[in-house]
Amino acid sequence: MTTLLDYCSLIRSKNAGPFTLTLDFMCHDRTAYDALIATGFLNKNLFATLYGTTPDQILLVHHPLALAVKVSLPRPTVQGGPHDTDCYAGQQYAPLMDMEIA
Amino acid sequence: MELRILAPTGALGAGFDADALARGLAARPDVIACDAGSTDSGPAALGSGIPKLSAQAVTRDLRLLLTARYQLGVPLIIGSCGTSGRDAGVDQVASLTRAIATEEHLHFKLGLIYADQPARRLKDLYDTGRIQPLANAPEIDRELFERGHTVAMMGVEPLQEALRKGCDVILAGRASDTALFAALPQMRGADPGLTWHMAKTIECGAACAIPPSANGLLATLRDDHFDVTTLAAGTRLTPRSVAAHTLYENADPYHVAEPSGVLDTTEATYEPVDERTVRVRGARYLPADDYTNKLEGAELVGYQTVIIGGVRDRVVIDALPKLLPTAGRYFDAKILDVFNGEVDPADIDIDYRLYGAGAVLTGSEPDPLTPRELGVLITVTAPDQETAHAIATFVAHASSHLPIAEYDGLVSTLAYPYSPPEMDRGALYRFTLNHVATGVTPTELFRTVTEEL
Repeated sequence: MTTLLDYCSLIRSKNAGPFTLTLDFMCHDRTAYDALIATGFLNKNLFATLYGTTPDQILLVHHPLALAVKVSLPRPTVQGGPHDTDCYAGQQYAPLMDMEIA
Repeated sequence: MELRILAPTGALGAGFDADALARGLAARPDVIACDAGSTDSGPAALGSGIPKLSAQAVTRDLRLLLTARYQLGVPLIIGSCGTSGRDAGVDQVASLTRAIATEEHLHFKLGLIYADQPARRLKDLYDTGRIQPLANAPEIDRELFERGHTVAMMGVEPLQEALRKGCDVILAGRASDTALFAALPQMRGADPGLTWHMAKTIECGAACAIPPSANGLLATLRDDHFDVTTLAAGTRLTPRSVAAHTLYENADPYHVAEPSGVLDTTEATYEPVDERTVRVRGARYLPADDYTNKLEGAELVGYQTVIIGGVRDRVVIDALPKLLPTAGRYFDAKILDVFNGEVDPADIDIDYRLYGAGAVLTGSEPDPLTPRELGVLITVTAPDQETAHAIATFVAHASSHLPIAEYDGLVSTLAYPYSPPEMDRGALYRFTLNHVATGVTPTELFRTVTEEL
């Protein structure tokens, strides 16, 4: 079994403004990128389930020149609000990294 | 045509290597630009007017840039002064600029562009249906503008107006990061697609270099392409590293919104020139039908006192998450009692974050964790600091003796590293807007003043 981290040289999350969370999955090389895309693992339903939103709220972009998949969605909590635990949204990707991909 | 644009650092005050700057200056740039702010650090700078970075660090960077600009005789443009781009931030950086100019015997025309939006103007825009939500925007009402502080994000036009007035140094309030780099090339007739893509590529300094650094980039803009070159020693650029930068802190890498239109990078290509330089072509700019300025707002939520504790006892670790709802009900009763009913428990937020048990992801943590130690961050938020502190004192006291069913007698549940355990954190602000003002001219929301130094 391989994990998402096996495909990627960098996984990160950031704010894209105060109300949007964005995640970048940067692959090791073209082979890893093509293989990851082919698995269909990174799909809107996965992110909707993990981050408590609906598929139609999610933007999922393939960027072959950057060997990256990018996913943007509503921020689970408003940045800097009383119950925000991750002001820069720097650790929101973590549950994905060890997920097993067939 | 050839224009050279120097981005000396990702943010004024973040620091950069003076040798890297010197390499950029040796290329004789036509303009030097950098931003000094961001919303990424949170709403506090916008709400309070207090910058994120210190005056010392900003002065250090500013001195190098003002001196370099003076020697080359080219414009220096700094945007989003004071982190938030509030008027207060522009005034703070202007004050540092005047002091440096005196010390270094520099003379120039200074332009200050203010971006604060008075509540009356915002209400007028709101009432005429000219404030429109962007993606994931919160609901707003017209009273919001009285409660918080709002800035508008300028595009290239106010900067170009200051350049036309002959300003050598422009300190702008809230500005689109890209506009700082695009303003002069567009005035000189450069292709808008290439210009905006160039600006997007260099706006974070050498963040797209390998390894990323706080140092600078030089862009060389020609008729049908631009070259981007890393200036920091020991760093390189690759087509991929440059292409990937369109992803950074941005929802859609192919469509980047600006006040006057959208940068479309769908057809962009990236090719290596040498280890340090990548050539970029192919981006297009799609002008919008209506000009818009993004609005950013922050309002006061309350005042906070925090308590940091820790747990090592595995029985307490197991019991703690279940105890917290009970503790909450106890504190509601205690608040009514201590303040004789004058403080409504509904106005008080007592928040426990159990670090080690999923505090960072809170509800979306998919894997149950089995920590050996648990960090406990207790945050009390109240309408004023005095009340937050008073409540935190009994919250800290009670939290260290929460009853554990497995144990008899008075239990000691938390380790506190500090005495006293309560720390007043000050004001808490939240972002209130992700909207645009529509039906405006590119300069009407901004105010420019100039002075000779």
